[in-house]
Amino acid sequence: MRPTASRLLNILVPVKRTIDYAVKIRVNPDQKGVDLNVKHSMNPFDEIAVEEAVRLREKLKDAVKSIKVVTIGGTKSQETLRTALAMGADSGIHVSLADSDPTPEPLGVAKALRAVIEREKAKTPVDLVILGKQAIDDDSSQTGQMLAGLLNWPQATFASKLVVDAEKKEANVTREIDGGLEELKCRLPLVVTTDLRLNEPRYASLPNIMKAKKKPIEKITPADLGVDLAPRLETLKVAEPPKRVGGGKVENVDQLIEKLKEAGITAVKA
Amino acid sequence: MPTPQASQATRHRVLALYKELHRLGRDYPDPTYNFHGKLRGLFEKNKNLTDPAEIEKAIKLGEYIRNETLALYSLRKYRHLKRMYPLDSKADPPS
Repeated sequence: MRPTASRLLNILVPVKRTIDYAVKIRVNPDQKGVDLNVKHSMNPFDEIAVEEAVRLREKLKDAVKSIKVVTIGGTKSQETLRTALAMGADSGIHVSLADSDPTPEPLGVAKALRAVIEREKAKTPVDLVILGKQAIDDDSSQTGQMLAGLLNWPQATFASKLVVDAEKKEANVTREIDGGLEELKCRLPLVVTTDLRLNEPRYASLPNIMKAKKKPIEKITPADLGVDLAPRLETLKVAEPPKRVGGGKVENVDQLIEKLKEAGITAVKA
Repeated sequence: MPTPQASQATRHRVLALYKELHRLGRDYPDPTYNFHGKLRGLFEKNKNLTDPAEIEKAIKLGEYIRNETLALYSLRKYRHLKRMYPLDSKADPPS
C-alpha cells in the first residue's frame, strides 16, 4: 500500500561548518578568537543528524518525501551542504552571510531556521528537524532547544535512538541522560538533537560526491527570511585553559598518607 | 583472453579505486606516513598484470585497504568525540 500524501515526511537537517575536530586550536594573540585559517568540516554531530535522516529514508522508503539540509554562513559553507548532499540529502538551502560576518549565535540560528520552516510550509511542510546536539566550536547545545521553543514543537534532545511511525505521525526517542536512558513518545512535527551514540555516519564516496554536484542548492539571505543575525553577545576574552599542574611522586605509603592529610583528606572510620 | 569491453570496465574500476584512495589519503592522520607514495607505488607495481584472476585479486586488496582506511578515520573520530563528550557529565574533563 503506498502511503497517502498526507503521511509523507519532510525532514530538515541544519548543518554547521566548524573547525575540524582533529585540528589543534590556537588562540589568537589578541585573545578575542581562535585561528580560523585551518581545516574546517561539518560538525560531527551534524554528520550524525544527516546520517539519521538518510537511514530513516532507507527504513521508511517512500514515506520520506524529502531530506533538505540547510546551513548559515559564508561561501565556504556550501562545501558543507555538498557533503550532506553526497551523504544522501536531496537538496540544500544556503542562508548566505558575508565572509566577514561573525558566526551567528544559537538564538539567531533558531530564528532563521524557524523562518526557513515557515517558508517551506506551503510546498514541503517540515515534519522532523534533526540537529546535532551541539557544535564542537562553541558547545552551546542551545539551537535545537530554542528552535523547538520558538516553533512550539515538542523536542527530544540527546537522542541515541529514533524510531518514526510515518502513518501515526509519531516517534519513539531514546535519550541519553545522566544515570541512564529515557524513552519518549512524541508527536510530529518534532525537533530531535543527536547524541554521539545515535549512529556512525557514512563516508561520502567519490561517486556520490560527483552525483551531489547536480543536486540543487537554493541561496537566500537573512533579509529574505526577515531575520537579524547580529550578535547580542560580546566576546571579552578567549584564553587557553590553565596548564594542569603535574603530580608529585612519593617514596612510600607513609609519605602518601602525609600528602593526603595535607590535602585535607581524612581517614574513613572503619 | 579478456574482451576489450572487460578490460575497459576493469580499467575504469582501477582508475576509480585509485582516485578514491588518493582522495582518502589527504586526510591521513600521520604526516610521516607516505600514503600517496605508497599508493602510487603499489598501483604501478601491478600495472602490467594480464590474468583477470590476478587483476581481480589486486583490486580486492585495494578495496580492502580503502575500507580499512575508512574504518581508521571513523574510529579515530568516534574515540575523540567520546573522550571530549563523556556520557557521565560529572566526569573530569580531559586534560
